[in-house]
Amino acid sequence: MNDIQEPVLVCKDLCISYYTRAGEIPAVVDFSLTVKPGETIGIVGESGCGKSTVAMAIMQYMGANGGIKSGSITFKGRDLTTLNENELRSIRGSEISMIYQEPFASLNPSLKISTQLMEVPLAHENISKEEARKRSVQMLEDVKLPDPERVMESYPHQLSGGQQQRVVIAMGLLSKPSLLLLDEPTTALDVTVEAGIVKLVGDISKKFGTSQIYISHNLGLILETCDRVFVMYSGEVVEEGTINSLFTWPKHPYTHGLFSCIPLPTTDKNAAPLKPIRGQLPLPFERPPGCYFGPRCDHFKKGLCDKGHFRMENVEGSALDHRVRCLRYKDIDHTKILSPETVRESLEIGKRVLNVDGMKKYYEVKDSSFMAMITGKNTQFVKANEELNFTAHESETVAIVGESGCGKSTFAKVLMGLETGTDGEIRHKGKDISDIEVRDRSTKQIRSLQMVFQNPFDTLNPSHSIGGQISRVIRQFGIETDKKKIFNRVMKLLDTVKLPRDFYFRKPRQLSGGQKQRIGIARAFAGNPSIVIADEPVSALDVSVAAAVTELLMDIQRKHKTTLLFISHDLSVVRYLADRIVVMYLGHILERGTTEEIFAPPYHPYTEALLSAVPIADPEITKRRIVLEGDLPSAMDPPKGCPFCTRCHRKIGDICDNELPRETLVKDRHVIKCHIPIQELSKIEPVIRMPEESERIHVQ
Amino acid sequence: MVLLLLKRIGFMFFTMIVVSIILFMLLETGLTGDPATRVLGNFASDAQKESWRNQHGYNQPVVVRYAKWLGNFATGNLGTSIRYKGPVKDVLLPRLWNTAILGFWTFAIMIPLSLILGVLSGMKEGSLLDRSISIFGILTTSVPEFASAVFFSALFVFGLKWLPGTSSMSGGFEFKQLILPAMVLVVYDFGYVARMTRASMAEVMQSQYVRSAILKGLPYRQVIIRHALRNALIAPFTVIMLQINWLLSGVIVVEFFFAYKGFGALLLEASLNNDIVLLEACAMVAVVVAVGSQTIADIGYTFLNPRIRFT
Repeated sequence: MNDIQEPVLVCKDLCISYYTRAGEIPAVVDFSLTVKPGETIGIVGESGCGKSTVAMAIMQYMGANGGIKSGSITFKGRDLTTLNENELRSIRGSEISMIYQEPFASLNPSLKISTQLMEVPLAHENISKEEARKRSVQMLEDVKLPDPERVMESYPHQLSGGQQQRVVIAMGLLSKPSLLLLDEPTTALDVTVEAGIVKLVGDISKKFGTSQIYISHNLGLILETCDRVFVMYSGEVVEEGTINSLFTWPKHPYTHGLFSCIPLPTTDKNAAPLKPIRGQLPLPFERPPGCYFGPRCDHFKKGLCDKGHFRMENVEGSALDHRVRCLRYKDIDHTKILSPETVRESLEIGKRVLNVDGMKKYYEVKDSSFMAMITGKNTQFVKANEELNFTAHESETVAIVGESGCGKSTFAKVLMGLETGTDGEIRHKGKDISDIEVRDRSTKQIRSLQMVFQNPFDTLNPSHSIGGQISRVIRQFGIETDKKKIFNRVMKLLDTVKLPRDFYFRKPRQLSGGQKQRIGIARAFAGNPSIVIADEPVSALDVSVAAAVTELLMDIQRKHKTTLLFISHDLSVVRYLADRIVVMYLGHILERGTTEEIFAPPYHPYTEALLSAVPIADPEITKRRIVLEGDLPSAMDPPKGCPFCTRCHRKIGDICDNELPRETLVKDRHVIKCHIPIQELSKIEPVIRMPEESERIHVQ
Repeated sequence: MVLLLLKRIGFMFFTMIVVSIILFMLLETGLTGDPATRVLGNFASDAQKESWRNQHGYNQPVVVRYAKWLGNFATGNLGTSIRYKGPVKDVLLPRLWNTAILGFWTFAIMIPLSLILGVLSGMKEGSLLDRSISIFGILTTSVPEFASAVFFSALFVFGLKWLPGTSSMSGGFEFKQLILPAMVLVVYDFGYVARMTRASMAEVMQSQYVRSAILKGLPYRQVIIRHALRNALIAPFTVIMLQINWLLSGVIVVEFFFAYKGFGALLLEASLNNDIVLLEACAMVAVVVAVGSQTIADIGYTFLNPRIRFT
């Protein structure tokens, strides 16, 4: 970085508050930040830490009840807090622009893309419509959208999520801003799409020399995209530094905590269990005196950490811009924090409980188009699941991995009996259940097959108490009938999921997301199920909460010897907790095997791309970059040959387009479905490369 | 698009046929009482009834009668009114025209007024304007038509003596006579549409796409007109289209109060007098208008919302 250059943005001692009926709520406290030209700053933290508030403050879009209490935001020498609406408007969208979390919501549903793009240069520059259109098309090309003319004439709902986000990025870059704010730009997207967007944003801002502020909860993503990073906790920056110094030598206990909450693809659930941060993020008006992280910190010292307000200070012996807000960072033995405390024994895998054999699920779709009416071919099939074969054993965790639309949730539905399979068998303890609907299943069958759902916020009935909802399950399953015994059982379940017993009387709205998910787990385990399907159980939760819930799920599984079917799109989590992995794409299983087999060559090319797309929060790991082109094909009209042939980077020729590859056995229970011979796939270098233990600087 | 249009129109005819069958069953068959008794009265002899039946073809099979009946409607032959002793058409059309005039003026004032005020208050949720419009809207909507009619009469007819108290138009069309009924209807309906518009606008103003339009640095006018309005008008549009039905046959009280010779009053007269033929004609007209306006609403939707147009 060139230090002589004028900074693009300087935030100095910024304090932002919201004013509500309950009084003033400080959202961001004492925030200072300098962005140099061309630099990418990351802001990372859990929800509610104030990272989005900072972005909105820079945009000067605070809503009616928010305000900057003190401090300044200087953009190219002008203090944004003093500008009037007109002056702000000339800066917004032209010099500072923003990219949002949900591309679909931030595009106007009733206007064509062309209108929404062209109005940006038309509003800021004195140019003709033709010129604006030309520039928009050019920008759509720059963001690598195929057929920009067609995109221009489309409405937002006619584009896929990844395409929409590219349009939003094009919109943000149209006027060549000097600062780009990205608020969780890829959180709503699939990993392979995310990888494409991340690369695009990086390339484009290099091309235009744009500075970026990248807001994310994903440490791995920050590592891949940013030059410097700010870690925020409860409205404060607790640590800042360059990517290298902060990721290699984190100093603040909260930063340490975050790192031990995220599963790395290098760690193992038994050798290095996740270490969740205890307690909860304090609400803004419940912040403790002194260090806000104090009550959750292992190094809290009474009389020192609970007094006054601390300022950021430079870390001794580290880079100049590595600063931390902690009085005790010098006293903490940083090597000790990182080494795992407990090592768990791996579980003995028991007998086979689930056998999926040639399971197919087709949905019939009535085509109401005019052509279909004429030709009479008005039923089409969505092939959601095509020939699924795999097995699961007692105490085993089998992860089903794939991007949205790959059919993993459909499989869960069939297994649960919410849908019936079209063909093939699902044998649970020897009995085919694929075509028995849930209402025709016996209580015993329902009891032994339970599910933990993705979104804990909608799965609990808001008008019943927690105790009532769990008791009902116990009664329905016929485990206990006596009122007293049911109550005791609920209490035991609450203990198991580590929630206080008085939660029995609470209503769901009084619980946080993580607590609700614990209730979801308690409910699923109420009848000692033999198989539990967890459909992305932690993807809606913050990292530290997710770590705790993941650990809990595994603990209960160990105790009950349950088979866990873990549905996820996140390969880091999967690597951490699964024994076996099933990789799905467009309804097909492309590869299955043990976790070690999946994570090492020979890979299926799709597995290879998935592995490459996972952001890893470890600066010493190097990855081969494989960015997939295009979008997932529609399940209504899948490719004729290999389902992956339209996006495959290792396509070998016509055979891929025309013939469905067979399952090839690599070795015992490791199967790949690809036309490329296994010998050749074995020669591929590993995607993720870890340095040898002796070469590592990072203590782990 | 063409297919959608065809589908909507097909569905419109289907609905009308279904309603006509129900109507026929209710009035022309013995299901709810003998039509002959209904027309001739309780004291008619069996012989009289029988000859009436023969004369009017009531002894034919039901299906044949329905086909003829429907055919008559389709060709515009609405029959002869029993009470007015003349062709139904001659009675019905002037009444329909009167209602159309009243409806037109009510809409012409109510729609712009409630849309503009609704949009303005939705733009600045919680402002003084917003709160006063909300309160005024609740107030006017919750006062029933007969009460406001009495109130306005007392004020403008008996107090200020500006306007005539009846609107029978006995001496030919006079605009002055139209003011009071239209005013009562506007006041009653304004709050409903305005509050609906306000809610819809407020929701759109909170949406992320309006936020992104503002943060694109567009002028405020452009944000409102181009980005917010179009999406905010979808809900009020539905409501307004439903008001057409209400104006056609739901404003009987106002028509009676001001002695205005409208369609609603005719419908009531026909049913009070057991004038089956007139009643059928009125009911069918009401159905055609209701189904027609909904079809227009559905097609109008597709222009406001491209997600329906291109799926």
